[in-house]
Amino acid sequence: MNGFLQIPIVRWFEQRLPIFGFIDDHLVTYPAPRNLNYWWNFGSLAGIALVIQIVTGIVLAFHYTPHADMAFASVEHIMRNVNYGWLLRYIHANGASMFFLVVYIHILRGLYYGSYKSPREVLWWLGLVIFLLMMATAFMGYVLPWGQMSYWAATVITNLFTAIPWVGESITTLLWGGFIVDNPTLNRFYSLHYLLPFVVVGVVMLHLWALHVNKSNNPLGIDMQGPQDTLPFHPFYTTKDTLGLGVFLLVLAYFVFFNPNYFGHPDNYIPANSLVTPPHIVPEWYFLPYYAILRAIPDKLLGVIAMFGSILILFALPWLDTSPVRSAKFRLIYKHVYWFLVADTVVLGWVGANPPEGKFILIGQLATAYYFLHFLVVMPLVGKFEPTRPVPEGIATAVLKGGGARGSRRRTHGQGVMRGVVPAALAAMLGLGLAGQAAAESHALPAHGWSFDGVFGSFDQAAMQRGFQVYKEVCAGCHGVEYIAFRNLQDIGFGLDDVKAIAAEYEVEDGPDDEGEMFTRPGIPADRIPSPFANEQAARAANNGALPPDLSLITKARTGGPDYLYAILTGYDEPPADIELGEGMSYNPYFPGKQIAMPEPLFDDAVEYTDGTPATPEQMAEDVTHFLAWAAEPELEVRKRLGVKVMLFLIVLTALFYATKRKVWSKAEH
Amino acid sequence: MADSAPAEGGVHGDDETRRDFLYLVTGAATAVGTAAFVWPLIDNMNPSADVLALSSTEVDLSPVEVGQSITAVWRGKPVFIRHRTTEEIEAARNVDLNDLLDPEPDEARAEKPEWLIMVGICTHLGCIPLGQRSSEPRGDWGGWFCPCHGSHYDTSGRVRRGPAPKNLEVPDPLVYLTDTLIRIG
Repeated sequence: MNGFLQIPIVRWFEQRLPIFGFIDDHLVTYPAPRNLNYWWNFGSLAGIALVIQIVTGIVLAFHYTPHADMAFASVEHIMRNVNYGWLLRYIHANGASMFFLVVYIHILRGLYYGSYKSPREVLWWLGLVIFLLMMATAFMGYVLPWGQMSYWAATVITNLFTAIPWVGESITTLLWGGFIVDNPTLNRFYSLHYLLPFVVVGVVMLHLWALHVNKSNNPLGIDMQGPQDTLPFHPFYTTKDTLGLGVFLLVLAYFVFFNPNYFGHPDNYIPANSLVTPPHIVPEWYFLPYYAILRAIPDKLLGVIAMFGSILILFALPWLDTSPVRSAKFRLIYKHVYWFLVADTVVLGWVGANPPEGKFILIGQLATAYYFLHFLVVMPLVGKFEPTRPVPEGIATAVLKGGGARGSRRRTHGQGVMRGVVPAALAAMLGLGLAGQAAAESHALPAHGWSFDGVFGSFDQAAMQRGFQVYKEVCAGCHGVEYIAFRNLQDIGFGLDDVKAIAAEYEVEDGPDDEGEMFTRPGIPADRIPSPFANEQAARAANNGALPPDLSLITKARTGGPDYLYAILTGYDEPPADIELGEGMSYNPYFPGKQIAMPEPLFDDAVEYTDGTPATPEQMAEDVTHFLAWAAEPELEVRKRLGVKVMLFLIVLTALFYATKRKVWSKAEH
Repeated sequence: MADSAPAEGGVHGDDETRRDFLYLVTGAATAVGTAAFVWPLIDNMNPSADVLALSSTEVDLSPVEVGQSITAVWRGKPVFIRHRTTEEIEAARNVDLNDLLDPEPDEARAEKPEWLIMVGICTHLGCIPLGQRSSEPRGDWGGWFCPCHGSHYDTSGRVRRGPAPKNLEVPDPLVYLTDTLIRIG
């Protein structure tokens, strides 16, 4: 950098705006404690996660339509038509979960090593402000796809404000811009969802500013006393951070390419409906502990206060913690109490993922009680009375003195903690994601096994073509596939001429013509496959009051996906004696409530397959499920193939980052 | 290096080279990864699959009488279709190609002389020229006149004066399905 600054034009610029010196001061020669362990990676990872969210978000906004009638369809447009749209959306959706994961570990690190204590109180506050802004941003982003979960999340969260005495109702009306969550709400949420990340960027700047005033805390929790305690940020921590980045990207890529809806909820692939609440609504995994606290208290206002209080209490942490020692390493009791709190929040998350009934009510109340007890009673008392191990004099003396043996043992300790915590945090996150899904499941589904399962899975074109025939000849009487265009059928192996012939069999409404009249014409490949009913009312009128759902997203919109669909199609049975069927209903143990309005659809030889496959009900059910699985995720094969390449590349890249980090650190005495 | 114990400096130098190579490879891999990530951020702005699928339009010419013009829409762009009079055809064909800014014979622009079919977008900066209605100014050559920056087009849609560099574009492909039914795109 010094040589660079001697170049005349650089010097000329530098004298007018000392930006290179600024970068040098804060990212290159910036003195960092020499003993930072991998816990300290998560700050920079959070920054990168924020950048990924902003970049993919700006691009998604090119294609998204913030209108109650069009938002859901525009998200499907992104998934199906926009070049790499599915990739950008899945990075953005899973990136949000990864952002929270990283930030939670970052917060837990601060909590363990006492990073909130004097003189870093303002730094801690700014971090909490970022956290609150993140939560608001994530919530509003979740509303944008305008699925059922989006809609009801918006309704429930905005209703929290009705708990405020006197003015609560007016505030909620103000937030909605109407009397329910509707288009005005969606529009303002979109505006704020775009704005808040940039506010976060601003607060991140302040956070870094505050950080660089007193410099980083470190695992020993003692101040740096001189150059012997520090290492320049570059190349030591830049290489250490990039190694962490490689691992982070691997985890993100796994979800994006191979399990993209893991953290989502099937109900969010059902368009928003203001008249029907899904039977089991839960927030995203990162809000579950607060949700559990809200439900633990059987009083509306107090529940809301407790929920917000659970975060606001963290602002007082620098004073609630009375211990003079920063790092939990030297605090013999807090060290254990800390892990108890971590376990407590995981329990809260688990309770939040489950319905508020039975044992979960009591467990939730106990866990909530401990949460507050921990901060209000345990921390102040432990800090006063606990014995502590002697704190070292200085970082260098503690880390370097005694040669390799002690130093390496210490490092092993740091890494050992990491080895336990990251998988534990990941497991908790995965578990919470899964718990939310499992709780919604009613009847155990038999696993069928599909060719498109797994990392290398792909679709079977013959099965999809047969499935399309079943759809066309059996299902299409009542069910549409509104997001599928005829041209998409080329993906399942039809040639362009086949597609044209199929399209021409349909009448498509077009117009208005020169006289202003609507008219029908034969379909062309660019048309979407017409739905059997013009609107919901017509569909209900023709179906005994029941609404046959559109099938384009059905395998994504039901828990269990293809297995559920197959089970429904083959699961019709005689009702047991204790069940009395409603009029026109059939018994099906896999359907929620076990009574389904759709009569058994598949009988022997309901279609005649052109390839000679015997048309048994099982065969037809399998084929049509295969077709509909493709209809829901037409990008699946491309996604998995690209995913394999990306994962291989990231593994190589991470190995290179590791080698570079080792090389660089071999120069440092440690 | 092969004989006796290697000198201290030699080992150091070798190590240095290996390290530089490692940094180079790591840096290059990072650059490749970043570039690969940037591509979806750019490519998503290209026309999406549904837009590309709508790239052809059919137009029925039978209601258009001699001397009339209609404007069809292809890929969202106006397509000027003029059923030319014999005078207009003659004016378009009896031109010395050397007088033209963008020399092109009318025969190459109108497959059937009575039908002139062009994308109605000025080749200067994309405005829509006037001249589709008989009440509109048609410029000094009786074709079209672009009000934005004053380009004149003749009855073959060729630029005759003004800042426009090229003749109005003839859509490609353009197919006569029957005598009076065309498909553009």
